This record gives sequence, C-alpha cells and structure tokens, in this order.
Amino acid sequence: MGSAIALGASGLLARAAGAAEKVPLVSGLPSGVYDTATLDALPGKKALIKLSYRPPNYETPASYFASPITPNDAFFVRYHLTDIPAAIDVNSWTLRVGGDGATGALEFGMRDLQSGFEQVELAAVCQCSGNRRGLSDPHVPGVQWGVGAMGNAVWKGVRLKDVLAKAGLRKEAVEIVLDGADGPVLDKTPDFVKSIPLWKALDENTLIAFAMNGQPLPHFNGFPARLIVPGWTATYWMKHLTSIMVATKPFDGFWVKSAYRIPTGKFPVAQHFQTQVTEINEPITEMVVNSLIAAPAEGHKLHAGQSVEVQGVAWDGGYGIRRVEVTSDGGESWREAHLGKDYGRFAFRPWSFRFAAAKPGRYKILAKASNVIGQTQAETLIFNPAGYHNNVMRPLTVTVA
Amino acid sequence: MLRNLMMAASVACAAAALAAARAEEPTVPLKDAPGHEVVESDCAACHSLDYIRTNSPFMTGKVWEAEVTKMITVFGAPIDAPDAKTIIDYLARNYGSP
Repeated sequence: MGSAIALGASGLLARAAGAAEKVPLVSGLPSGVYDTATLDALPGKKALIKLSYRPPNYETPASYFASPITPNDAFFVRYHLTDIPAAIDVNSWTLRVGGDGATGALEFGMRDLQSGFEQVELAAVCQCSGNRRGLSDPHVPGVQWGVGAMGNAVWKGVRLKDVLAKAGLRKEAVEIVLDGADGPVLDKTPDFVKSIPLWKALDENTLIAFAMNGQPLPHFNGFPARLIVPGWTATYWMKHLTSIMVATKPFDGFWVKSAYRIPTGKFPVAQHFQTQVTEINEPITEMVVNSLIAAPAEGHKLHAGQSVEVQGVAWDGGYGIRRVEVTSDGGESWREAHLGKDYGRFAFRPWSFRFAAAKPGRYKILAKASNVIGQTQAETLIFNPAGYHNNVMRPLTVTVA
Repeated sequence: MLRNLMMAASVACAAAALAAARAEEPTVPLKDAPGHEVVESDCAACHSLDYIRTNSPFMTGKVWEAEVTKMITVFGAPIDAPDAKTIIDYLARNYGSP
C-alpha cells in the first residue's frame, strides 16, 4: 500500500508539471471543459487532450491534422465503459465467428487471420460520431469533443466477408453483431455491443484490422484486432474484437436500438441501416462531408504582404473529395485550395491554400469541402440531441499588421 | 440504503483496481457543497468526475435529472431514490444553468 501511495504521488507530480502546458482547445466548448481538460498521456500514447480519465476519452490536438496520416501514438481514444483489459495476449486471443445466421461456428487466432486470408490495406478516416459535439449550439450532454475525435490511418487486415464466408451465411442473415473485450463494471450496464447491416459487412472495404500505419494496433485503439468500416462513424469500428455473430433478427441491444441515433431524414446521407430505422430516428451511418483547418494556429500574425500556408484535411463518407474552397472575405469570394495526395476515397484529403493580405486587419478564413456526389459542408448547424454530424464551417482568425 | 452503500463500495473497489491497472487516476475535485460526498461515491463508482465538470454549466436541473435517471434506469447504477435526489440537487445547484 505504501508503495502504491508513493507511486501515486510521483504520478501526480508528473501530471502537475504537464498541466502548466496550455491545452490546445478550440473555442465554443462548454466553459467547464476549459477548466477541466488537461494534456495527459495514456500508456503508449503522446500527451493528448484528456476529457475524461475513466473511461478514457482523449482527443488529438488539431495541429496533428496538418499531416494526412495521424500517428498511432497521437490517435484519439474513446471508450464507453471502464472494464478495459490492461493487456491482451495476442497468442491466446481468439475471435469467435458464428450465430444463428451462420451455418457453422469457428474460432480464429491471429495466425489464422494472417495466413489464411488475403491481406488488405487501405487508408480510412476513423471519426467518432460525436466529434465536435462540444460545439453544438445549444450544448448537449455527452463527451464534449472538440475537433480531434478523429484520425486517418492505413489499416491492414482481412476482409470481414472472407471470414464470414468461412463460417457460411444462411439466407435469413440480416445483421452482423460485434463484441469486444471491454465491458462494464456493473452487471446491469449494457455491454458495448454493436451491429452492422449484412450488406455493409459484405462490402469489400469492411475489414478486421490488426495493423495501423505499419504497426500492431495501439492497445487503446483496439489491440489486437478491430473492425474497420470505411465511410461510417467509429461507433461501428469495434475495438478488441472477440466475437462476430451473424443474426437473423435486428439486434436489439441498447447501443444500437437507443444510442447513436439521428432524427430520421434530417441529414443528407445516402446509406441507411434499414433494419434499424424507425419513424423517429435511425442509426448514424456514413460521415457527412467535412474539413478542418490545421495550420496555422488560431490568431496567427503576419505582416502585410507576407503570406502563410493554410493547411488542412477534408473527408466524407467515402465518396471522395472533389474540391475545397477557401474564403477570407466572409464568403464574398471563394478560391479553390490545392488538393494534395489522394490516399483513397475513405481517407483524409490534404489541402493547402496560400493566404496573403495587402491591407492590415483581422481576417476570418473559412474552408468548405465538397464531395464527388455534390454534397457540401453546412453553413448552419443541423441540431440534433446527441450533437452528431457537425460539419459547420469553422473560421480561423489571422491578424495582418 | 446500507445495501446500496455496500454495493457502491464493492463497485468502487473494482473501479479502483481497474484504475490502478491503468495508472494512478488523479482526483477530479468537485465543488464542496451539500451532497458532495454522495456524488463523489455514487458517480465515481463507474466514471471519473471530469464528466460532470466538462458537462457544465449548460444543463438545467431538468436535464441533470434526466442524466441521473438514465444512469440508474439504463446503466443500472445502484442509487436509491433519496441519493438520486441529493445528486440531482447538487448537480443542478453547482454545475447547472437556471
């Protein structure tokens, strides 16, 4: 006990020293966030913006998005429940595949996945459904995310459809139910279990991934394997996967039936989770088109005639970014930003724009992304009670002296 | 009440063990006002208290009541009716908006 106290005390000192560093929070969050959020490092991670210790909810500072690939040790962390395994032994880890909609029941180890199936790599954005919830106006309850509950990585794994084919599908199958090793501390708390429509599970881009940016998944991003559902929000990207069950009836667990829902018909999304749609609401599915300015920092100063490279990323639900436009005169004139390397339609598309002003003043720079199916970012918030799908353009202020 | 306290205590122990496995979890202080101890023991059994501070002060008493009710009815928090009232009053007064 004495040593535990000593450890705790030294840990507190280390944290206190870190607290002196300014937490890079965006404006517009509830005031309680500004006097509570800290920069804190989980094991194996860099210091990220800590919104809650338990369960751990940590967002990536916006400056990381000046690069289109988010480093593993800076990738955001999001959990609902607090019984998270301290470590998982990959050699004894097994993935169960079966259910009443499957013709067989099988177990796979990591070696089975890595040697028995075609290995697939793809870049995709993993974005929490509630990213930017903290910017909802009016504010809504929940984890008060700023802009960093997202990241883009190159994922490597096997196709879910190939694994399902080994188990065999019955014609009555409608949904695939996913569970991970993390769970609640109370028996009565609904375990975090999710389902996806069968058609999405059979999409060739839906993967069981075990590597991220060329490395094993970080523990807090789902080691040793997680689901990758490109285009769809991260709620479906089950971490620490342990079981994949084929269901012949719509899954009725809390996290699908009641949580992660948007008002039916309120958002411009093309893909729907048909077996779960009600008149009132439906599960969130694909991400809406969005962009973020990552550099320079808010309040950047430059001299008249000097220029600065405005950099950021744009993404959508997997249709692909067609253009990013930038204005610095309140929307009177828009100019196209330069689009950078294309990592694929599910990935961040980097963009840049050289800003210069001849006259001194404060300039508000706005970026607006559009995708190949003609969707563009919202000018005003489409309010919903859970604060999802916030793709309102966000201004960056630059001062020219 | 006693049963609830015992349940909360065993949950708190399990949570403490988990927190220790992760690392030491710093204390997130809440305002010292009536009901403070009940909030700390009941709410912190399942989650750190930064959830309360970051979700403030925009929630009205009604919204805080809905949140506490959800913790009990949906997430199964073993909190009895008198404790629930204490928690709701504390949150509305100290972390709420009119």
